[in-house]
Amino acid sequence: MIIAVASGKGGTGKTTVATGLVLVLRDSGHKVAYLDCDVEEPNGHIFMAPQCNESEDIFIEVPEIEQDKCALCGKCAELCVFNALLVTSDEVITFPELCHGCGGCRYFCPAQAVRSGRKKIGTVERGTAGRAVFVRGELQVGTALSPPLVNAVKKNQLSRGINVMDAPPGTSCPAVATVRGADFCILVTEPTPFGLHDLALAAQMAKSLGVPCGVVVNRAGDGRELIENFCLQEGLPLLMKIPLSRTIAEAGSRGVPLNQAEVGWDRMLLLLYSDIKGLIMSERAYGNQR
Amino acid sequence: MKELTVISGKGGTGKTSVTGSFAVLAEKHVLADCDVDAANLHLILNPQVQHRESFPGMPMVEIITEKCTGCGLCEQLCRYGAIKDGAVDEMSCERCLVCYHACPEKAVQLVDNVAGEWFISHTRYGPMVHARLGIAQENSGKLVTEVRRRARTLAEEQGKNLIITDGPPGIGCPVISALGGSDLALVVVEPTLSSIHDLFRVLELTEHFKVQTAVCINKWDINPDNTREVENICHNKKVTLAGRLRYDPAVVAAAMEGKPVIRLPSTVAGDIVSLWDCVRQELGV
Repeated sequence: MIIAVASGKGGTGKTTVATGLVLVLRDSGHKVAYLDCDVEEPNGHIFMAPQCNESEDIFIEVPEIEQDKCALCGKCAELCVFNALLVTSDEVITFPELCHGCGGCRYFCPAQAVRSGRKKIGTVERGTAGRAVFVRGELQVGTALSPPLVNAVKKNQLSRGINVMDAPPGTSCPAVATVRGADFCILVTEPTPFGLHDLALAAQMAKSLGVPCGVVVNRAGDGRELIENFCLQEGLPLLMKIPLSRTIAEAGSRGVPLNQAEVGWDRMLLLLYSDIKGLIMSERAYGNQR
Repeated sequence: MKELTVISGKGGTGKTSVTGSFAVLAEKHVLADCDVDAANLHLILNPQVQHRESFPGMPMVEIITEKCTGCGLCEQLCRYGAIKDGAVDEMSCERCLVCYHACPEKAVQLVDNVAGEWFISHTRYGPMVHARLGIAQENSGKLVTEVRRRARTLAEEQGKNLIITDGPPGIGCPVISALGGSDLALVVVEPTLSSIHDLFRVLELTEHFKVQTAVCINKWDINPDNTREVENICHNKKVTLAGRLRYDPAVVAAAMEGKPVIRLPSTVAGDIVSLWDCVRQELGV
């Protein structure tokens, strides 16, 4: 089972929910993995305190030009939609930071002067937090392209067990790469006009990927009807509310996970899981008939 | 002309609330919302759209079934696994057009694609350029570049000497596009371990792109120990600490009313005014 935790707006509590969920599932004997796909700013390790013993560098394929074979015909630069190659009067200059690794330049070069080189975009670390599997990707600073790294993190999903994936904020490529293929997506929001606006975008994203989703409202206090009304209108299940609480906020600031921040949250998080499991099963049973 | 870019690394630390208040305090400026994925500045500045234009994305590809012989070359060449059984999955496709150029039957055709829209608007706090990227569209970086370019043109036309840019979270493609060539990056952090972790990565990024940087600590009194830690980091990295904003429920109240927080009577307003004074000095405007 794959559960993605996404949000649209940043800082709404994705990591709080994802790590809390993984820790209570672990403590209740489930086989569970936490995968931090927010590779630009991964924070899950702060709450999970993992022991990482494996680290793998992740590369993308970039062109390397064999200048002596190159006839300076300009075909590669003409075909590259990412502008990662420039043909001057005496050489071809490559811009690996713009390359998306499509391999077009190498395939189409009439002189076979393009060799496959590689560029590091980040690392994937693997380890454990108690009996839970912990995986995270970390984008190399200065690198623009993150989806290939997200996909490298996703390769570590357990085939049998529960995978909880912590998504980056937003609704563009890296968030899409994370949520794609999930069985369910938890959308974490806060009851403000900002939270509502971005929740609507994130819900659209999940819908366009065909991933069923539900909402967790964080910092619920005044104004939570904003989100409740939206959920009713869109037919989205409202799964859990985390109140606006100084205790929880302070615990979070020190890296204390939600299940240890206040009494009762371990049970709430287990209920969250069983609700999600129910929703996935009913989606499987009835979703296909729609 | 000077450009200030407000960024954060970690999302939700208060970039937009800070930018919105700067919009009220600044004079002779243009606003730019470069968080094109999940733009929020318009929710507190109430813009009246004067001009809108669609933002063409890279063209999509489509396979013409009648021409396709099912040779499988496109599927084999696609690095993104976006072609299966003669159909293109739009969500996985990177628009590299390798399939289009490679198809021996010319069975792959280009389809125009609108990736988003950008706007020039009037607000009571000055003109604003903002945008909306379509869901799951590529090219957020290019749209950010477009928004910045339009903001600069607008500022030149109207004789403004400052652009205030609300940036996206993270350190990837759209942030790099929002940051390059900016005169000052203001990093909004919270005194949490997550935000501190992300601060290191953002400072590395601004250093990499050689952008002068200042830091502001939002909700500093939530965790004074972590606040001291942020101050030490700034000191060690020789980054200006431009201000500390206290936790104030007025920030959420203002967002609920759709107003910049500085427009409401609040204790944090004084902190924001001092922050702005410091940022203005750093910028030299």
